[in-house]
Amino acid sequence: MPLSETDIQAIWLTLRLASVTTLLLLVVGTPLAWWLARTRSWLKQPVAAITSLPLVLPPTVLGFYLLILLGPDGPVGSLMQDLGLDTLPFTFPGLVVASMIYSLPFMVQPLQNAFAAIGNRPLEVAATLRASALDRFVTIVVPLARPGFLTGMVLAFAHTVGEFGVVLMIGGNIPGETHVLSVAIYDHVEALAYDNAHLLSAGLLTFSFVVILLLNLLNKRSHPEMFR
Amino acid sequence: MSRELRFFVAASLLAVSQALWANSVTIAVAANFVSPAKAIAEAFEKESGFTVAVSSGSTGKLFAQIVHGAPYDLFLAADSRRPRLLEQNGRAVSGSRFTYALGELVLWSPRPGYVDSRGDVLKAGRFNRLAMANPRLAPYGRAARQVMEKLEVWGELRRRLVQGENIAQTFQFVASGNASLGFVALSQVYATGGSGSFWKIPSGLYQPIQQQAVLLQRGKESAAAGAFWRYLQGDEARKLIRGMGYGVVMEGLRDNNAPE
Amino acid sequence: MTSLTVRFAAELDGFSLDVSFEAPGCGVTALFGHSGSGKTTLLRCLAGLEPRVAGFLQVNDEIWQDDANGIHQPTHRRAVGYVFQEASLFPHLSVRQNLEYGMKRVPASQRRVGFDEAVALAGLPDLLERSSIHLSGGERQRAAIARALLTSPRLLLMDEPLSALDERSKQEIFPCLERLHNELSIPVIYVSHSLKEVARLADHMIWMEEGRIRAADSLQRVLTRMDLSVEQGEEAGAILEAKVALHDDRYHLTALDGRCGRVWVSRLDLAPGSPARVHIPARDVSICLERSGGSSILNIWPVVVEDICEHSASQVLVRLRCDGGGDAPRLLARITRRSCTMLRLKPGLAVFAQLKSAALIDY
Repeated sequence: MPLSETDIQAIWLTLRLASVTTLLLLVVGTPLAWWLARTRSWLKQPVAAITSLPLVLPPTVLGFYLLILLGPDGPVGSLMQDLGLDTLPFTFPGLVVASMIYSLPFMVQPLQNAFAAIGNRPLEVAATLRASALDRFVTIVVPLARPGFLTGMVLAFAHTVGEFGVVLMIGGNIPGETHVLSVAIYDHVEALAYDNAHLLSAGLLTFSFVVILLLNLLNKRSHPEMFR
Repeated sequence: MSRELRFFVAASLLAVSQALWANSVTIAVAANFVSPAKAIAEAFEKESGFTVAVSSGSTGKLFAQIVHGAPYDLFLAADSRRPRLLEQNGRAVSGSRFTYALGELVLWSPRPGYVDSRGDVLKAGRFNRLAMANPRLAPYGRAARQVMEKLEVWGELRRRLVQGENIAQTFQFVASGNASLGFVALSQVYATGGSGSFWKIPSGLYQPIQQQAVLLQRGKESAAAGAFWRYLQGDEARKLIRGMGYGVVMEGLRDNNAPE
Repeated sequence: MTSLTVRFAAELDGFSLDVSFEAPGCGVTALFGHSGSGKTTLLRCLAGLEPRVAGFLQVNDEIWQDDANGIHQPTHRRAVGYVFQEASLFPHLSVRQNLEYGMKRVPASQRRVGFDEAVALAGLPDLLERSSIHLSGGERQRAAIARALLTSPRLLLMDEPLSALDERSKQEIFPCLERLHNELSIPVIYVSHSLKEVARLADHMIWMEEGRIRAADSLQRVLTRMDLSVEQGEEAGAILEAKVALHDDRYHLTALDGRCGRVWVSRLDLAPGSPARVHIPARDVSICLERSGGSSILNIWPVVVEDICEHSASQVLVRLRCDGGGDAPRLLARITRRSCTMLRLKPGLAVFAQLKSAALIDY
């Protein structure tokens, strides 16, 4: 059975969403993880807890609050309207924002652990070897934290692909815009179109399996020995 | 807790639940009908002495659960298709299917005076987004589509539509202000106090949204299940149902085999 | 020549650091003290690794830190080389890449240590292409030393670079450190809690205790200071610089000439003229009023009593100045209090010191 045009569109949309989300999370998550790994501020624990919230919150809770927060009557939504911008629910940028929040811990935690494992010593050594802070980050932290970056990116990508509850709440099921793979599968199941659901579900299952397998293989190969 | 005590407690709980089972009926109710179902169950319990346990979920999920052996005596669906399928594949008692409520579709906005009493707001089209339930999944969605097609605005409005997976989510889109207006159930508007403005869609613009119930095989021998099945068709229940924003089929016109 | 001026004062997590000293701009200065005395903290302050500590630091003609005047160079702007206790090579880089890491970050015009020179000094030529995680402890520490040298530092800081190593690895590193001492004119601050290491390597010594400086002077003078010597107990002794004079193959002895006179030690495998450093433990020095003829002891020097200090209930420590005026080397002798009274020892008395043993430190 060939895939319908809507399903193909949903697959592409999902890949696009996951890629954009992962890249933006890399930009946002790296400094956040770095701060969390190194700060001694009292704010560390509260911020870490907020970052981890999406791990334990049901996605529908998150989606519900985002719908209210980002909606035209919510604080964020009304601010955006005042700025002459469209509100985010039912749009692709809206999904990106929601996915970033939802997948944040999957990017931040591996990075934070990787950064913490490096410790202070290599950075001090590099400083005595004339490397500035940015230089140290690029030449020491990034290569040593590579498994963390890899894990964070793959998990964030895969988790965004599999995201459902949040999209369901703020997506509005618009083909090519917010009708992503997981929603497409849900629709098929609800409509008793089990063949279509099987096709997409099996594809997603295979995809997830391959991703995790590749991740494990890559990390096994590139994992540096403990810093001595 | 000691091991003996724990065993004793577990055994007593089992005994109690067995006893309850004999005098109780477990009903699976489509999410949109939970409040009326609970009100009816309460009245039924007072009158009959049986107890009612209400489980709710989307019609599709409950259907899948029943197919896979979930322990329900009675199924109150949001459509007629799933009950008919259960009847056909023998999971429901043949001939027990009937329409317990008719969904009433309204075009609603939380803003007072926004929706006029003839639905001209649809044709004027001065709104941001219009919410409806997914027509492929939800009977209210299919009805909404029929209405727009009849009014010849479907093609025009298509791009401004946002779809909820079910009617509850659709209501949420509108209530939160993310969509200016939407096709929702009259019962939802009633349940939230009837605020805002709405247009009750004339029944001629869409095929009736029949919410049907069936007695499941598990409830066939249960006195409690049979009693509740009969009670649901009685005047008391029909009055409650109507009071919460649903229509009911006229006595004598009840057609268990109404075409889709 | 004073070229290092240091002043730091800070309260750090229940530890108080308050130091002020000057040190020569060449040679090895030992930063000595027991663990917890603040040696490493002071070293980190010099490198700028304790940004919370305010103070003043001048290295030769450059001021690296003067918080009172708003100067506080971050670590990467200070021309320091730092060798940590554990070698801390970057595990993702090869040995060569580790060595080049610091070198590449110093402008070519400012490089004064050549790559080949440092590699040879640290004995690394065969290891360059290895991954840094596959080196032995001694090899790693040698690579770390070369890596620090290749930044052409104006001040080399070493934090107990031998303490994490076994005996064999230490023996690998010592020659490297000594060549460093002899061949490069980079001032070194060397943290250690081992007198043996200090006696072997240092020219100058800073003695730290509880975050404060107790003594900062030449190794000679610090080691023969009575108050500090008493605390050293069995280890108390003097260090003498000498040169190999001649070998006596018949008796298998070697004569070393120092400023105190000639000292005979067991045959050494060193060419005449080579420098040698000798440790003379106080417990092996005895005192007599006349040069005794019939003694089994080979090494007898005329000395003057300078100071006497109680060492224990039964023993005293006597500081003796060799012939040759005020800056002549000092020896320490540990004798019984009874002998001290019987001999009527007092400062200024001319006596003879008998050296029962003299151990060469260097080899």
